[in-house]
Amino acid sequence: MIAEAGLAALWLAAALCGLQLIFGVMALRSDSSGAVNVIRPVAIVQGLLSIFSFAMLVWLFMRTDLSVELVAANSHSAKPMLYKFSGTWGNHEGSMLLWVAILALSGSLVAMFEKRLKERTLTATLAAQAAIGLGFYAFLIFASNPFARLSPAPVEGRGLNPLLQDPGLAFHPPTLYVGYVGLSIAFSFAVGALLTRDVGPTFARAMRPWVLASWIFLTIGIAAGSYWAYYELGWGGWWFWDPVENASLMPWLAATALLHSVTVLATRDALRAWTIMLAVVAFSMSMLGTFLVRSGVLTSVHAFAVDPQRGTFILALLILYIGGALALYAIRVSTVREGEQFEFMSREGALVANNLLLSAILGIVLIGTLYPLGVEAVTGEQLSVGPPYFNATAGPLAMLLVAAMAIGPLLRWRRDTWRNVMNRISLPVLITALALMALVLFASPIGILPMLGLMLAAGVAAASIAPLWKRNLRRTPMFIYGMVIAHLGIAVSMAGMAFESAFSEEVLVASAPGETHQVGPYSVTFDGTRPVAGPNWTAIEGGLTVQRGDGDPFVLTPQSRMFSSPQTETNEAAIRTGWTGQLYTVLGSSDGTGRSQLRLWYKPFVTLIWLGALLIALGGLLSLIGRVRRERRTMEREAWA
Amino acid sequence: MSSDPAIDEQSVATKRFILWVPLAVAAIFFGFFGYALFFGNSSPQQRAIESQLIGEPMPEFALEPSLPGRPGLSSADLATGEPRLVNFFASWCVPCIAEAPQLLQLRDAGVQIDAIAVRDRPEDVYAFLQRWGDPYQRIGADTQSEAQLALGSSGVPETFIVDGDGVIVHQHIGDIRPEHVPEILAALENAQ
Repeated sequence: MIAEAGLAALWLAAALCGLQLIFGVMALRSDSSGAVNVIRPVAIVQGLLSIFSFAMLVWLFMRTDLSVELVAANSHSAKPMLYKFSGTWGNHEGSMLLWVAILALSGSLVAMFEKRLKERTLTATLAAQAAIGLGFYAFLIFASNPFARLSPAPVEGRGLNPLLQDPGLAFHPPTLYVGYVGLSIAFSFAVGALLTRDVGPTFARAMRPWVLASWIFLTIGIAAGSYWAYYELGWGGWWFWDPVENASLMPWLAATALLHSVTVLATRDALRAWTIMLAVVAFSMSMLGTFLVRSGVLTSVHAFAVDPQRGTFILALLILYIGGALALYAIRVSTVREGEQFEFMSREGALVANNLLLSAILGIVLIGTLYPLGVEAVTGEQLSVGPPYFNATAGPLAMLLVAAMAIGPLLRWRRDTWRNVMNRISLPVLITALALMALVLFASPIGILPMLGLMLAAGVAAASIAPLWKRNLRRTPMFIYGMVIAHLGIAVSMAGMAFESAFSEEVLVASAPGETHQVGPYSVTFDGTRPVAGPNWTAIEGGLTVQRGDGDPFVLTPQSRMFSSPQTETNEAAIRTGWTGQLYTVLGSSDGTGRSQLRLWYKPFVTLIWLGALLIALGGLLSLIGRVRRERRTMEREAWA
Repeated sequence: MSSDPAIDEQSVATKRFILWVPLAVAAIFFGFFGYALFFGNSSPQQRAIESQLIGEPMPEFALEPSLPGRPGLSSADLATGEPRLVNFFASWCVPCIAEAPQLLQLRDAGVQIDAIAVRDRPEDVYAFLQRWGDPYQRIGADTQSEAQLALGSSGVPETFIVDGDGVIVHQHIGDIRPEHVPEILAALENAQ
């Protein structure tokens, strides 16, 4: 009955979604006021029903109800409880249900909390959200039903891809999805504002917290995915420019641009058409990512099922939504009043530079991701566009972007003079120069990108704190702190990337027990291997005694795991994190004579990459809290007046 | 700002036009996705890895006999004017047992098969052949995996087809299942 309840809730939610769309369209055509009072509760109940439906699927997975096809195909009774739970979204249908549930929940949250937006615009926004929802409900119910029964029920399930059997699965997909799908709110806001021609500072202030919230989740989701790939795949890399990674990076780039342009719109009533465009592009990139991953056009650990029928369905939805929004944009945006003008040397100017650079990087990533697919589709030739392309093209632009980021917050709105700017950035520039000197004098020769990266990171760290200079720290608004911390996070993250690529050390040996190898400051002694067993795997575990200088020795145990269902081998790296870097050890195959392949890395300051990402997300959170508080105060004041 | 209304009108028209550019770009992308989806080649997963050694002469190796009374194998033995199979196997390899009936079937079809026993002991090889059948003419003992490395073979079992001049024409990774036998025979036919 659990599966049937879940399916019924899904149908009901879809019906309410249709109702929400119809009410919205009727209200917009008849100009009736008060329609929003009907639409709000419909949107809220729709969200609750889809969450209920998702909860039913989670319950089925936790009980390992093998009479449900999806559970039988992706779960196993011997799997630990955490993976039974998170395995709910470790497959195509479950992850799409999560996608749709978050979409509906986003609509509910807007219906519950959005007080700033004009009533007509809110009605149009909720109608747009319902229009998106309807298509994806149809996709779920007709092409990816997660609740389909299987008769007779098998005795045992087929199990979950071992690469996914990791605590990372509990965090990475849900946070990433909240970020992806949360951007649907910005998309619906943009469509709503185009329909009612209501683009201005009020609209921007209303949209900003929603964009900010999705962006925070997106940032955490990408960072979590990066760290997960880093330790689970055992390749020692943290970003591979894999098409699926790029699919998550593209919405982030668009959302980051949107976040900054919406601030210009809110503060100065400029960049109206551009902000609307970015809001459409950001969610379009989310949907594009979904299409690439779910259609079978791409193959990776993320593509659970290759199914052209589903691909066709999602492609049709993409054409409908993205095409529709862009057509609406072309027709309507020229009737939106033009925004304010500004000088190049101003805060707005720097934010425009930020937007253009982010868009250029987005274009580069998009082309690099799609080009191999295009070539393969047309000529059948397989090629891969990898780090050499992305680093060479996106790298320099990212440096420029970071430089603009350092200067921008130090500029005044409207217009500023070169002299003032020079004054304000003199200290960061000095620090950059000192960093360059230190690198040239003391570090061994390193590549040009890491060198620039380290140098800029030092300058940017100084520049990002500079907006607090000469301010009363206790009276500084929270969103300024948010900006400072987020920008500092970029510097920290960049320093981590540069350190990792410039100073990593790698040792690959076929080691006999008793041998000692030196990597970075660590000496690693191989003690031999022994078999160990887990709940649904067996493994060969290597014992490594590690000592750093005269410090206390400790033991690392990298494993080579063999999962029983489905039969797959994975490498479990053993990692030791110190203050100055990580020791990353992987056990490879043994050659039958007692020697085992060992791969050892010393990666100085590599953790800064993810620490920086967390700072970026924390900055976003502070900014969000600060903005929401201030909005609430303003609204209270207005209510009194 | 501009005083000439004609120029103004023109710039408005240009602006209108630019607004349709995003939709046009999206349409191009959609067209390309549709093409990839409906007319694109099969997904990359389904394609086999092409060996780098195909079309190359057999790398040099000379292996001692693995069994007493049976000749060993060197690369010179392979250029016999007849296409041959070279099968990497080991007594400790379970898929090799699964593949044994297919090798016997190929031998009965008149195919010349030589073998390389990877990291094995003579008594184990003997027992393995006694139990699962012996389709081999020559068996080289690759005790240090040298020949295996020279041929870029990743594991056992693995089978190479060599033409009459000792040039590799086909590489089969993994065990030869019954459904692979026609493919192997066709490759031998082509190598004639």
